[in-house]
Amino acid sequence: MKRILMGTAAFVALGAAPAAAQQSVKIGFVSTFSGPTAVIGNDMRNSFEVALEHLGRKMAGKPVEVIYEDDQQKPEVGVQKSQKLIESDKVDFVVGYIWSNVLLASLGPVVNSQTFLISANAGPSQIAGEQCSPFFFSTSWQNDQTPQAMGEYMNQKGVKTAFLIGPNYAAGKDMLTGVRATFKGEIIGEELTRWPDQLDFSTELSKVRAAKPEAVFVFYPGAAGVQFLTQYTQSGLKGQIPLYTAFTIDAITLKLQKELALGVPGAQQWVNDLPNDANKKYVADFRKKFGNYPTFYGAQSYDAANLLNSAVVAVNGDLSKKDAMRAEMRKANYASVRGPYKYGNNHFPIQNFYLQDVVKDAEGNLTLKTVATIVKDSQDRFHDKCPMKW
Amino acid sequence: MAGLVPAIHVFLRSVSQGVDAPAKPGHDEREACFPNPRLMLLFVEQCLNGLQFGLLLFLLAAGLTLVFGIMDLVNLAHGSLYMLGAYFAATFAALTDSFVAGAVLALAATLVVGMALEVVALRRLYGRDHLDHVLGTFGLILFFNELVRMIWGPAGLSLSLPMWLILPVELLPGLYYPTYRIAIIVTALAVALFLYVLVMRTRLGMLIRAGASNREMTGALGVNINLLYTMVFGLGAALAGLAGLMQAPILTVQIGMGENILILAFVVIIIGGIGSIRGAFIAAVLVGLIDTIGRAFLPDLLRLVLSSRAASTVAPAISSMTIYLLMAVVLVLRPEGLFPVSSK
Repeated sequence: MKRILMGTAAFVALGAAPAAAQQSVKIGFVSTFSGPTAVIGNDMRNSFEVALEHLGRKMAGKPVEVIYEDDQQKPEVGVQKSQKLIESDKVDFVVGYIWSNVLLASLGPVVNSQTFLISANAGPSQIAGEQCSPFFFSTSWQNDQTPQAMGEYMNQKGVKTAFLIGPNYAAGKDMLTGVRATFKGEIIGEELTRWPDQLDFSTELSKVRAAKPEAVFVFYPGAAGVQFLTQYTQSGLKGQIPLYTAFTIDAITLKLQKELALGVPGAQQWVNDLPNDANKKYVADFRKKFGNYPTFYGAQSYDAANLLNSAVVAVNGDLSKKDAMRAEMRKANYASVRGPYKYGNNHFPIQNFYLQDVVKDAEGNLTLKTVATIVKDSQDRFHDKCPMKW
Repeated sequence: MAGLVPAIHVFLRSVSQGVDAPAKPGHDEREACFPNPRLMLLFVEQCLNGLQFGLLLFLLAAGLTLVFGIMDLVNLAHGSLYMLGAYFAATFAALTDSFVAGAVLALAATLVVGMALEVVALRRLYGRDHLDHVLGTFGLILFFNELVRMIWGPAGLSLSLPMWLILPVELLPGLYYPTYRIAIIVTALAVALFLYVLVMRTRLGMLIRAGASNREMTGALGVNINLLYTMVFGLGAALAGLAGLMQAPILTVQIGMGENILILAFVVIIIGGIGSIRGAFIAAVLVGLIDTIGRAFLPDLLRLVLSSRAASTVAPAISSMTIYLLMAVVLVLRPEGLFPVSSK
């Protein structure tokens, strides 16, 4: 509540004193703050605010203002809010975007106005390839990368046949393609479900049972991941066919999935227990403030704030020096909570992917733990298609 | 029609081959030799899925059709009552530590909320234009969503099943089906029977039927219409609450969970005939089966003519249209629905 009030106060101050606004760094943050997936947006906002507090709410001595906008998980709303941030708020940076379809719709208006867009989650293959832009950076991953890592892990486990299930939208298709790219066994079934309105997966689970695969790979972000795991258990498949996941179990969904998530592996570029100082500080302060563990969505938003800060500091707060800011961001010269990483030519990270498992912490809360490194320095498969070179 | 039968044959063969493809020497040879029983089991299982979904829709649609048919009230907030049923069940189950007690308390609570809602708010909408109903009840959706956010927070709840409902049972040899979904089917059928007896065999039912056929005359004969309406609305609310609380352990309990499914419930009552419980029952099962069977077999059917990737992308889009196509056909052939309540 306090956060909302502060945001409102900043907004009011903005309207009252336009002269002061020129002195500040203005950031537009687009995410989902209403509807069933609002919990994800809130987690991103909370993490972004923690990052700003760690920076003293200043970048290169300039005060930072953030305008949060709700995309309602709809591409048409996302593009409208992004345009509003550019045209009427005249922000210096746009950050956020959970959903690939929302990002794909919003990318054009932002980068065409030569404003930097930092995706703190979505990583559609199109933007890694043909549609790559000098004004786009990602602090997350390209959609295919995480499932590619999972495919590798399934190879390591000796899985021969797999059944893939995911939602029918940009990211869902990328995820399943990602597994196909690395998994060496046979894919004996693939189902794309209606998104986001289909919540009952009985039809698909019946098909899994009939196909008898050795493994099921699934991608369901947010509450859909809870529903899938619940129904997987109820159908009795959980004990019979091992489940492999990407972005289906995180700190938010775990509160609802509870024990059902025990023993279900996932791949991720960041886990809350990664042993670097930046991460320890972030996770500890986040938990102190909000009581629960942050999610990867949050970690990526925390990194986005710090990436921006590195660029603003490098130009001493002169935000008109866009080429210099880009050159600085390309170095990824900041303390990322995932540990150091590099940027590829398409401005997507080249980074490690870890195997995560669900465990109980010292206080008996369920949490995620890093088990192993699946791949090191993984680069997405689409960077060759991006004409940008540097 | 003539081309359909060979097409089905080709399709079944392709599906059985598809199912058989992974059969390697290590697999059970008996299954490799006789793929059809497995295909039949899959078909039966998908029909059960469709039936379960349809019966759930029926619970939602029954309340909607009663309120629409008898009180002539378009109630968009019916989905909010569905949501409240789920939230109540999750809360009471956590308090009492019992799924069944939670469900019973939630049912009673939704009934009370429904009756209170009718007395406090909806009563003022009778006799006004349908547009006013839509506006008023849409406002109620926003109100309930915000209320739930204030009481329970934005994150949603989960409702765990007791041990005896979690694991599947073997219905036929080789056919495992989730116990809880069977429980939904049985409960919904029992409710359908209860509604049939209530409407066809009791005095209240007689008044409900009379109200659906001719409201003015029923009132003129000295029936306390106010009380009847409150009871009918409470009944509808309890049915919506029942649907919501039964869905809660399968889905997550979250804000706005009733909004998408409400659209389907409207489709059901339009197909079934507004005000007809029997129509709602048959239309709901029809919609449930068509939707599920479409989702289940359309991708395989499309793979005969399209590439695998294209088929799995296109199939969900087409299958989501099938029920609306059904509605369009019904509206063209029988604009009053399949089982219209006899003329007004």
